Parts: sequence; structure tokens; C-alpha cells
Amino acid sequence: MNRKTLLALTLAAPLAHAAEESHTHTHSMQDDEHAAHQHMEHGYPAPQEASAPAAPNLRHAPNEPDHVMDHEVLLTKVTIDQLEAREDDGSALEGSVWFGGDKHKAWFKTEVERAEGETEKALSRTTKKELQALYSRAIAPYWDLQMGVRHDFELESDSRNWGVLALNGLAPYFFEVDTSLFVGEDGDTALRLEAEYELLFTQQWILSPEIEVNFFGQNTPETHTGSGLSDIEAGLRLRYEFTPQFAPYIGVNYEKKFGNSADFARDDGEATSETTWVIGLHAWF
Amino acid sequence: MDRIGEPRVALPSLSRRRFVTGVAAGAALLGIPASASNAVPRANPTPQTLRGNQFDLHVNYQPVNFTGRERTAVATNGSVPGPILRWKEGETVTLNVTNHLAHDTSIHWHGIILPTGMDGVPGLSFNGIRPGETFTYQFELNQSGTYWYHSHSDFQEQQGHYGSIVIDPAEPDPVACDRDYVVMLSDWSDESPHDIYAKLKKEGHYYNRRRRTAGDLWDEIRQKGVAQTWQDRKMWNEMRMSDRDISDVTGYTYTYLMNGQTPDGNWMAQFKRGEKVRLRFINGSAMSIFDIRIPGLKMTVVASDGQNIEPVTVDEFRIGVAETYDVVVEPVDDRAYTLFAQTIDRSGFARGTLTPHPELCAEVPAMDYAPVLTHRDMGMDHSGHNMGGMSGMDHSGHDMGSMSGMDHSGHDMGSMSGMDRSQHAGMQSGNAGQYSLHGGRPELGGMQGVWFTDNLGRAGHGSSSPIVHLPSEYRYGVDMRSEMPGNGLNDPGIGLRDHDTRYGRRVLTYADIRNLTPTLDRREPTRELQLHLTGNMHRYMWSMDGIKFNDAEPLMLKYGERIRITLVNDTMMTHPIHLHGMWSELETGDSEYIPRKHTIIVQPGSKISYLVTADAYGRWAYHCHLLYHMPGMFREVRVV
Repeated sequence: MNRKTLLALTLAAPLAHAAEESHTHTHSMQDDEHAAHQHMEHGYPAPQEASAPAAPNLRHAPNEPDHVMDHEVLLTKVTIDQLEAREDDGSALEGSVWFGGDKHKAWFKTEVERAEGETEKALSRTTKKELQALYSRAIAPYWDLQMGVRHDFELESDSRNWGVLALNGLAPYFFEVDTSLFVGEDGDTALRLEAEYELLFTQQWILSPEIEVNFFGQNTPETHTGSGLSDIEAGLRLRYEFTPQFAPYIGVNYEKKFGNSADFARDDGEATSETTWVIGLHAWF
Repeated sequence: MDRIGEPRVALPSLSRRRFVTGVAAGAALLGIPASASNAVPRANPTPQTLRGNQFDLHVNYQPVNFTGRERTAVATNGSVPGPILRWKEGETVTLNVTNHLAHDTSIHWHGIILPTGMDGVPGLSFNGIRPGETFTYQFELNQSGTYWYHSHSDFQEQQGHYGSIVIDPAEPDPVACDRDYVVMLSDWSDESPHDIYAKLKKEGHYYNRRRRTAGDLWDEIRQKGVAQTWQDRKMWNEMRMSDRDISDVTGYTYTYLMNGQTPDGNWMAQFKRGEKVRLRFINGSAMSIFDIRIPGLKMTVVASDGQNIEPVTVDEFRIGVAETYDVVVEPVDDRAYTLFAQTIDRSGFARGTLTPHPELCAEVPAMDYAPVLTHRDMGMDHSGHNMGGMSGMDHSGHDMGSMSGMDHSGHDMGSMSGMDRSQHAGMQSGNAGQYSLHGGRPELGGMQGVWFTDNLGRAGHGSSSPIVHLPSEYRYGVDMRSEMPGNGLNDPGIGLRDHDTRYGRRVLTYADIRNLTPTLDRREPTRELQLHLTGNMHRYMWSMDGIKFNDAEPLMLKYGERIRITLVNDTMMTHPIHLHGMWSELETGDSEYIPRKHTIIVQPGSKISYLVTADAYGRWAYHCHLLYHMPGMFREVRVV
């Protein structure tokens, strides 16, 4: 972790816990010296704190040394799940950034979709831009509970804010799952289910099917979303991992609208389903 | 046999990946003289041997080149490994260690029994050695044998800060030999250790290049059919675990070294036919467990962790990180032999040559099959079934099929998954075992783990106490608990269990080890600590009893008491556990000749017991010696 992250940490209020939890700070070359002189915040609990009878002969084991070995590290992971160009001049970015320790993390997720060349076939003219800022807490071996806010950047209508409660993790049979419940300022509700799987053809050729399903609790004409099952997006991407951190891919993306959402689209003369070829990059660092 | 020109020079044109993984590439290159290459890199400095009882050691930065790329190592006296320190039992040694780094450093004298202030663990023994400072270590040597030293600061060990120690006995050595060589094994990466650790934390399987593929699945379906394959994969899939997860860090980034030489560098030791050669193997790796053999030679193991044992003749043995084994070989032919140390996951090897002539080289064998984990490695040992020969039969996961006769009911799987088990599971079995949190010594504090005081059985014969999983093991940091851990004593370890039947190689197990001299402390243990090695591979978290070092209280021992420690491995990894300051007296089934070790391998999903006499006041480190497990799988032991 570098200074930049430390700075970011101080700015991130939800992460106060993480900073507290971690006794050590950094391992990077330039900062090691600094870290090495950091004194441990809590030190060792003396045995008498743990139980009333004082441990005898503590002179043989005084709490002398003024710092301990560096242990937990705070890390930052930036993931670009999808950065891709789509047919018909569309493009999309899906990614996340987390930083923190084992238990507490600040977690940001973003999804951006643009359909530049508006053809008749285009699903919708609205450009999807959303950012979620979440506090993430490990609650089970494979699951994180996440809560925070989501902001939708709308170009043609008012931007919207949502509260988010999410369960993110790895389900049995190795499905990466992200389930989010959204509650809008005006009481609107939405539910999003995402699941992804990885099938290794070789250690480097990896096929990744994924699916996203959106539900809404109400009709919202401005965003062309209707109540109930609104839309499904399914993708199939084949990537080649030059390294586990850098993997270009090609794939196909399929979107379909249902129910009232489909009606909104039809009213606007738009298609309710669309299949596009994509080419892009999967990376993390 | 190949003739080679300048064996110590690595070829710069060779990429690291091919270099460490490609046996064929390595063998083919043996014939090519290094002078054929234009850009011959500077040879890395080789360790000197320093003798006496006064030493000045300088920890400094040193440019090295193991892979064709120059990198900066943390060296001692300018070499990686550092100098071989040759001491004499009974003497007092003084070591002035000067830190020329920009960061704190330290030296821990691994396996040496000394006062706590000389142990070299920052935060426990002392404050570390600050940049520019000199720290003077001074201690008396009351032991002999093969040991080593390494930094206990940061991840410097991975960067080259380690070296070997040989202590000559005061009395005549019971091991007679004509030649005596140190064979220090280690792992080198061009990546910084902090990057390696960060990658593991972000993606636990980053360095595993043998993950299960669609092709493996297809092979399995063709062999066993869809239904059976589904059934066999079911448990792994439900637990979200990989049966190919053998080593966290592999040959994908590591180049394995023997005395600081790469496999192509080919470290060489000379002998004359008929001589007895003593080879002192030390595993100074950060993360790599090695399986050692010398094709064509039997090895007589004469010492383990520096302590003389009753000689055992084997063809192959596993050496955990930080362990040492002394073997004696007697080559009768006038030919060269390869010292072959393949990693536990077969992703690479270290190699050297024992030769009568510097020009003679022996063939480098192909690595053995790569192991696949089984139910046994999850702590689901069904006693009565001999699964020893069933592990890792081939690459296609066939062994899982051969185990299908056993009924692993859904209940078993549920209790392993750890998602929804409540705490009472641990408490129930605990009631049966009558354990307490302090083992009858409330004055030492509580909450240290599971202590038994009744029915401890005899010293030397291991534990019969029930397995208790504490509530702290049912948290996000623990992905598995061994419900029926087998005994790790007779287990050669994953990937070696069938070498006897398959290759006719006798493999050393802990059960083979007897001390050469009678047990010194003949008391029975008065209490028994059961400590569980725990972790979460997905999050890359490691702990004991589900509690990381940062959150743990010290384990309190009363000076002079003799206890038993039973380690239960609730992970599928092989953990070498090191207790500082006191011997770990491994219970191998004979009270009279209990061997003394400083580092003990705990096999996956298994348990193992050893005795400890708390005869050293102070604060001591107690931890897994896999470098990247240390941040969590670590305890302070306090003797008061």
C-alpha cells in the first residue's frame, strides 16, 4: 500500500474500522521505514487484564519491545471486469475498487454503458452510469455484506440516489454472486441479481458466462423501467490471460426487456432485445 | 552424462517460466556452453564459510541475477545465501550484525536454544536492528548439528536474508564422514515479496497454474460417466475448494536454488568413490516444501533438525520449510549423481550434482506426477480404509473416483462447509472432552485454546483427546474444519504416499524417527494444548483456532512444566510449525527415544502431537514457517 491509498483511507469514513483493525500500515519500499517505527496501537494485552489473578514472574516476560512484527496489511484492488467495445459503437465499463483489511473494506462499484450511434435497433437512448460506494464487511467464509449508496448519473432526467444492501461472494459450485437490494429516495425499490462462472479450457483460455437480472418495485417512465422483472442481460466472454491480471476477451452480450419495461421500449419504437458482439479487456491490479 | 562448460552461469536468453517449469528445456541446455551466449551475467557471489566465535555480519543490498534479470537481494556479507557459520559446541559466540538496509532488520538463529533476548524476533525478543545500527548477539552453544539463520523482519527472508549454521559437537561426532556439505534449498522470485503477498490476498489461486480445466472434467466424465463425476466433484464444488491447491506460490514465479545456484547453475559437490559424504539439507525457502532424492543412491538419515537420530535408510524424504535433515551417502560407483529437490506441487525443482569430476554431470530426472488432494486431506480420515495408496494416482483426478465406495453423506459435507453451523457443534464435542481454556492453570489466564488435563496418556505416544473446534473457528476466516483428522505421523505426505508401491522408493515418515540418545526429560505431560491451524484460502487469511495473531492473547506456560501440544490441521495445506526457544519433542511412539525438532510438519487434515518442556523464560514466537502464512498463523508463547 502506498501513500496515496493511505490518504484515500483517511478520506473514507466507513473505513475507520479497517484502519483501527489493522495494526500495521504498509510494506512498500519507500514506506517501510516509516512503518517500522510505528508503534503498535494496542500492544499485547497483559495476562492480568484477561483474568483477575496476576501472572507471576512477569519480570521474565516484560512487555518491553516497543513494536511488533508487521502483520496485517491494508490493500487496494482495482478490478476492471469488463472494459469493452460493442457492436454499433456501444461501449461498456464494469469494475470495482476495494481497499481495506480482511474484515472491513470500502468498496466501490461502477457500471457505465453507452450506446453512441443511436440506431433504430438501439435498446435505449439512455446511457447507464452508476456508482456505488459501500462499506463491506466479511460475514462468512465466502460472503461479504455490503451497504452504502448508489448514485445514477442521468443525462436526460434527474440523477437518482439509492440506498444499497448487497450480499457479495462465492456461492457453492464456484458461482460469483452479487445480489443487491436498492431503495430509492422516494421509496422506489429495485433488486439486482448477478452471477458469473469461470470455465477453464486451459490455464489461460477462460470462458466466462454471466447473467444479470433486474427487478423493480414500480414503473418509472423516465428511466423506461417497469415493475416486476424488467430486464435480463446475459454474456459469454472468452478471455486469454496473458497474466492472471491482464486478459483481453471477445464475447457476445444479450439483453432483453420484459413486462412493462418492454412496453416502454416498444412505445418508443425501440427493440426489446438485442444481441451484440463485444471485444474488451479484463484486468486487475 | 553431459559435459558442461561453465556450469555456474545461467543463460540469460532463457525465460523464467520455461526455466523453472521446463525440465526438458533445462536438460537440453546442459550441453550448451555458456560462452555461446553474448551477455553472460555476472555470477552471483557464493557464500563463504566463517569459523570461530566472533563474527561481523553485514546485512546489505546486493545485485543478483538468477533469472537473466538483475534484481536487488537482501544479502548477508554480500552473498545469497549468507555465509555458512561454523561454530563449536560449548563455545560462546558473539555476532555483531550491522544493518546497511534502509529498513529494520533482524537475525533469528533458527533452532538454537538461547536466551529470549538473543532470539532475534522484533517485537518479542528485541526491537529489531534499525538502519545503520549494529546489534550484538551473544549466546552459549549447548547443542550441535545443522541449523540456519534468517531475518525475522518483514519479508526479507524471501529476498535472500538467510544462511546456514553448522555446530560441530564437543564430543566426537557419532556420524563419521569423509566429506561434509551444506545443501541449502531456497526459492527466489524476481517479484517483490510484498507484491506476491498482495496478489495472494487479491486472488488466492494466482500462482496455481494447474487449476482444474474443462479437459480434466471431460476425461473424468469419459472414465466414470456423468453421474459419478458429478458425485465426486460435488463436495469440492459445495465447499468451493480446489483439489489442485497444493502450494500457494509456485514455479510460476519461483526459481529454486541449491546453495544459491539455479538448476542450470548446477551446484556441485565432489567426492571420491567409496567415501562417506554427509549432506546437510536445510530448507531455507519462504514457501516451498521439497521432496529430495538422489537417483542411484540410498540416503541414510542421521539427523533431523540438528539432532542425531537413529540412522534410517530411505530413497526419498520431504523437507518442510525450515526443517533440516542430515543424510550420509556412500557412492560406490565412479559416476555423478543428481541431488534432486522437487517441490511438493511439482512446479519446479532445485538441483545440484555430486560428482567425482567437475566435468561429470548426471541426468536430471523428470519430476514425478503432481498430487491431487483427497478426502483424507480434508480431515475426513475414515479409519480402517487405507487411503495411503490412493492419493494422486494420476493427473485426471481418478483417485476421487476410486474413493467413491465410501459414503460421504450430505451431513458430513454440511459440517465442513462452515456456512451455517452454529457454535454448539464445537461445544458439544468439548463437553465430551472435559477441556478448559487454561488447563488447570487459571493463574496464567484463560482463553488460550483448548486444554486437557485428564487422560493424557504416556509421553511419546501422542494424543487421544477428542477434537474440539472452538467457537472462534466458526467465523469468516475459517473455510474448513477437520472433523476426523488422521494421524500425520505415518503419513509421508501428499504426493508421496504411493511412491513406495509405484516407484519402489522408501519414503521417510515422522514415524521412522527415533532419537539417537535417550529422552532427557522423562516426565509425563501435565496438560495438553490442542491448537487448530486454520485459514481461508479464498481470502488468503491464516490463523490458529480462527484467531489471527493480532487478535490473539499469548499462550502462557509455567516455567518448568512439561506439556503436550497437539496441532490439528483444519486446512488442506501442509504447514511447518516452528516453536522458538524450546524443543518440540515429536511423539513418534517411543517414550525412550523421543526426537527433538524445532519445526514440525502438520499434514493436511491431520493432527500431530509433541511435547514441550517450558525451560526458557520469556516471550517466544510460535508460527507457521510458510512466510505468507506468518502474518496470521502465529502466536506468542510466554514462559513465566
